[in-house]
Amino acid sequence: MTLTERRPDRPAVAPGLRPPGMRAWLLLAACACLAGAALLAVLVGPVRLDPAGVLAELAGRLPLVDVHGGLPDRDAAILWQLRLPRVVLGGLVGATLALAGAAYQGVFRNPLADPYLLGAAAGAGLGATLAIAYGPDTSSWPVGLLPLAAFAGALAGVATAYALGRSGGGRSATTLVLAGVAVMSFLTAVQTYVQQREAETLREVYGWILGRLTTAGWHEILLILPYLLVSTAVIVAHRRLLDVLAVGDDEAESLGVRAARVRLVIVAAASLGTAAAVAVSGLIGFVGIIVPHTIRLVAGSSYRLVVPLCLLLGAAFLILADLFARTVMAPGELPIGVVTAFFGAPFFAVVLRTSRRTL
Amino acid sequence: MSAIELRGVSVALDGRPVLHDLTLSVPSGARLGLIGPNGAGKSTLLRAVAGLAGHRGEIRVGGVPLAALSRRELARRIAVVPQNPVVPAGASVGDYVLMGRTPYIPYLGTERRRDLEIVASVLDQLDLADLAGRRLDSLSGGERQRAVLARALAQQAPVLLLDEPTTGLDVGHQQQVLELVDALREAFDLTVVSAMHDLTLAGQFAEELVLLDGGRVAAAGPARAVLTERVISRHYHASVRVLEDPAGGVVVIPVRPTRRGSEPAGTQVAT
Repeated sequence: MTLTERRPDRPAVAPGLRPPGMRAWLLLAACACLAGAALLAVLVGPVRLDPAGVLAELAGRLPLVDVHGGLPDRDAAILWQLRLPRVVLGGLVGATLALAGAAYQGVFRNPLADPYLLGAAAGAGLGATLAIAYGPDTSSWPVGLLPLAAFAGALAGVATAYALGRSGGGRSATTLVLAGVAVMSFLTAVQTYVQQREAETLREVYGWILGRLTTAGWHEILLILPYLLVSTAVIVAHRRLLDVLAVGDDEAESLGVRAARVRLVIVAAASLGTAAAVAVSGLIGFVGIIVPHTIRLVAGSSYRLVVPLCLLLGAAFLILADLFARTVMAPGELPIGVVTAFFGAPFFAVVLRTSRRTL
Repeated sequence: MSAIELRGVSVALDGRPVLHDLTLSVPSGARLGLIGPNGAGKSTLLRAVAGLAGHRGEIRVGGVPLAALSRRELARRIAVVPQNPVVPAGASVGDYVLMGRTPYIPYLGTERRRDLEIVASVLDQLDLADLAGRRLDSLSGGERQRAVLARALAQQAPVLLLDEPTTGLDVGHQQQVLELVDALREAFDLTVVSAMHDLTLAGQFAEELVLLDGGRVAAAGPARAVLTERVISRHYHASVRVLEDPAGGVVVIPVRPTRRGSEPAGTQVAT
């Protein structure tokens, strides 16, 4: 066999290497999904808001736009103080969990990894349970104890798993996952013990674990926004390296990538985002698994596309799930974790069935 | 100048010594075949040179000690084709080959036009241009091996390490891959070190052979000198016949051990 001469009629960039048309199309569609979901969630509720009025009201807040009309005062208050913060919080949490899930699946090369894999969920659960059971009354504090305890617990859980995995000798992804399982079981055991001893906290702990966006206000958003921004920025910046990690540590190293270090950075960023999201929303399951996998089924596995799509569609998905949770049995509310699991579990089964071929 | 130089190199894996005090020099532009029985240390030697296995002693790549090179610098000097490359699920051939440009792309940056041009030309040279948009896991074994070679080539490294590049290929594809490596070596002036299973192919496609056994160099030199029935039966514990190929080179044929008396396998077969 001899080498093929470069054919002069070929373009310099191979066709099929990067189809820019499809990429742009998918991103646009995802943006439209998010905008549609957000608008729908803002409009629907116990009080129906006038769509034209809402659009005028929102446009009026943009710089350099002067729109008259808008909403009556009462409706404007509902929009700005109740609906919008909740939609924004849902979007931020959904985007973060989907992105963190995709990142975890990438660094662990495991399609079943989710952001709670390394003990973030169990740590947050224990922190929250301790705060509910033994915490002082913090209603006068600027920040509630519960989110702080959940945040600290989540980070401590992941850090313990990481330290344990490294001291276990290997720096491989599998060692780390196994360490995460050990930490998770231990923390869950402690949490269950505390919960049983303080039985009157059961209901509150249970409610927290199933996840909720009910206390949403601008305050919570400002509280977690810095962590979410850092986490997102780091993962977005590493999207190309996430693709390289897919060939395994050895090959990634031979391509000049320090695999263990890159994995540490990405895990740290994803865990920070997860901890911040968990602190204000409780444990919302399945978002970190279904959203990335659906995206991979449609758009392929390259993180260059998966990462931005996770941000957009993760946000849209959780906004819609929250809309469902607060309207399906209004005026009561379903825990949002129930909604995501209700749609997530059957979907997950489908993903598993097709995973041999496509994931 | 030597492309690769090993001086007193020892490697232990999990405390178990695998390579003992190895000294070896691979001249620039050489095509060296590493042969030896399973567990002789062929893969470990390649991994050590690629900086993937800790070692004692000194390894120099292009005259520079391994320890003085960063991962990225090393990846620009040495490209590795592993024995069982990981096939990332869902990756396209084009994206996979583009990974070969990783050592040139800034840590958090993205590829530039030049990277894409190099990938395109590599794809063209390996007849992969039409497959660029295909999923890697939909390729045949031969096509996939070409894609792996293409990724290594995109690294534009002067040294190419191949770990049994013909694993799992039929005889036709084995020849094609090795011919391709040979053509690439000539076209790009590469130094090629290849661990080989098939002794006949090793003799045909390597100028020099190094026979490892038990982590030590047991024999080294041109194929005719290394591939003798005595050497092979001693180190592989195999019964073989070595025939002269009229077109040059030698042919190694495994034969059933003779049953005269109770001669154990591994003794020399009379010719």
